[in-house]
Amino acid sequence: MRELTVTIKTKTGLHARPAALLVNTVSKGKSKVTIEKNGKEANLKSLLGLLSLGVEENDTVTIKVDGKDEDEIIAALSQCAKENELW
Amino acid sequence: MYTGIPASPGIAIGKALVLTKKKVASEKKTVTDVTAEKNRFHQALNAAKAKLDQLIGQAYAEQQKETAAILETHRLILEDPDLLAKVETEITEKKVNAEFALEKALGFYIELLAGSDNAYFQERTADLKDVLSYVNPFLTGEEEIDPFPIKGKCILVAPELTPSDTARLPLNLVQGFITESGGPTSHTAIIARSLELPAVVGVARITAEVKNDDLLIIDGGEGTVLVNPAPETVETYRKKERALRAEREALSALKNAPARTKDGKTINLLANIGEPWELTKALEYGADGIGLYRTEYLFMNRDTLPTEEEQFEAYKEVLTKMEGKPVVIRTLDIGGDKNVPAIGLAPESNPFLGYRAIRLCLADRNLFVTQLRALYRASVYGQLRIMFPLISSIEEYRSAVKIAGEVRLALIKEGRQIGCHVPLGIMVEVPSVALLADVFAKEVDFFSIGTNDLIQYTLAVDRMNERISHLYSPFHPAVLRLIKMVIDHARREGIEVSMCGEMAGDPRLTRLLIGLGLQSFSVSPSSLWTVKKEIMKVKTKPAKTFARKVLLQSTAAEIKEYIETKA
Repeated sequence: MRELTVTIKTKTGLHARPAALLVNTVSKGKSKVTIEKNGKEANLKSLLGLLSLGVEENDTVTIKVDGKDEDEIIAALSQCAKENELW
Repeated sequence: MYTGIPASPGIAIGKALVLTKKKVASEKKTVTDVTAEKNRFHQALNAAKAKLDQLIGQAYAEQQKETAAILETHRLILEDPDLLAKVETEITEKKVNAEFALEKALGFYIELLAGSDNAYFQERTADLKDVLSYVNPFLTGEEEIDPFPIKGKCILVAPELTPSDTARLPLNLVQGFITESGGPTSHTAIIARSLELPAVVGVARITAEVKNDDLLIIDGGEGTVLVNPAPETVETYRKKERALRAEREALSALKNAPARTKDGKTINLLANIGEPWELTKALEYGADGIGLYRTEYLFMNRDTLPTEEEQFEAYKEVLTKMEGKPVVIRTLDIGGDKNVPAIGLAPESNPFLGYRAIRLCLADRNLFVTQLRALYRASVYGQLRIMFPLISSIEEYRSAVKIAGEVRLALIKEGRQIGCHVPLGIMVEVPSVALLADVFAKEVDFFSIGTNDLIQYTLAVDRMNERISHLYSPFHPAVLRLIKMVIDHARREGIEVSMCGEMAGDPRLTRLLIGLGLQSFSVSPSSLWTVKKEIMKVKTKPAKTFARKVLLQSTAAEIKEYIETKA
């Protein structure tokens, strides 16, 4: 399992476009991916799950990726975050 | 008569179709065959996804990228594994029908989001309700119940129209729009203008006042709506509509005619653009180039800043489509009345005199550098000029030029291709710059006179304040003198000067401006032909004498009268 702890930079948090970008990125893979904020956890492949976490600017979240393609998923997430300045 | 905000000009006379979104709660039923019920759910889901894909494709084909993005989010919700699991669990455990299960599962998330303190998350509940409206018809087998029961031509009357609404409407049957909410930049207004359909928005309680098949008249230019008018009134408006159409048709003959004065002097007639559809219009109406490309559109109505890549693609598209004709792109001009959520500006007591435009770009270096990188990279695709807004002192211009130079060098070092010469210029919209036009003309490559702000700052009149709007006048002699100074100094130094504010598009002022020596006009695409028609009537020499006499008048009222009577 691989873990990624990041602080969200987008001014309006993770909703709409940024949220959709992340969900799309991890949904391509086979690994189980979760995102955690303040002890609450959600499935990162679920847009509604991510939205209900209510991740806002400056929130710190932990993303956990578990599965055969976890390295690829982590790389894809970092790439997506960099291109879109998510964290 | 009802009055609202004029959102898209033109007149439409037709029957009303009132859209009120009725939310019918699904009936709870008990099912015996759970597997069959789940299959029924998945079949409906697939049908809804197919329908949505079709709408997304259509939105892209019509260049409604914003609509497409919203619909793609809806598609993502239809594929949401958590949501689908919740629906299946509900069906399996409670043995309820799929409609009820879906509504309950979505309701769970709607409640969660509605309880958020953050307005952005609260607004997402509208998306979830939209999603329900895609799937339900396929479940209930009520596909026939169209959310938009449009049989023939009609004028739509609605509380508001969302992008997913307009994506599903048979727009070819719509004659015009009236909505209760929204402003001139609302989705309905933008769609209406791109389709060249009249629209009036912000008409309070209109859905309660109008019934289906009522006869309506919309005057989108005036912002008025008439319900069941007298036959004489209808006739008056029919005449007005015919006159407008005839005028439009007569003008369209001017498309390929060069913008040249009666005595053969060529005038540059450029277009102001912002939203993507305006580029299409500029091309259609035969603009000689783009005199003002407002980049704010790329930054608005979204939550993140556009990346360098996204901006590059947008600038490249405009340059490529203009096929080597000049394109003036203005760097980000936000603040004042234009806010960008992703930048999150604090409210100010004097926003028009505050932290905005170039002031903000010079302070937020990353923002500025990203835009300049995208601009320089795009410069290989055409004749790019970069323009800085709201310059008020020469130091600001020098700082901007310094950063632009650094960006250019950095790109060259990275081995990127950039255009060999990209002129840098400024908007002349602060009186201090007009007064120092001689100083600026020695350093900048071009001027573009932004008259809206120039009038507002010269006359100290807030142009949004209705109580003093009579003081805001393009005929004011002080404004005209400043314009003359700018044009004179530009010509003395041999730099280009154009005008991109509303004054440039006002046909009453064309002769005066040519008389003052203006050779380049940048106007909204819809004004291109009107202004061209005026240009073709002008003779340069008499226009000069005329301008000199106009400047001898001492009040705005005298000047207005002089211009109108000495036609």
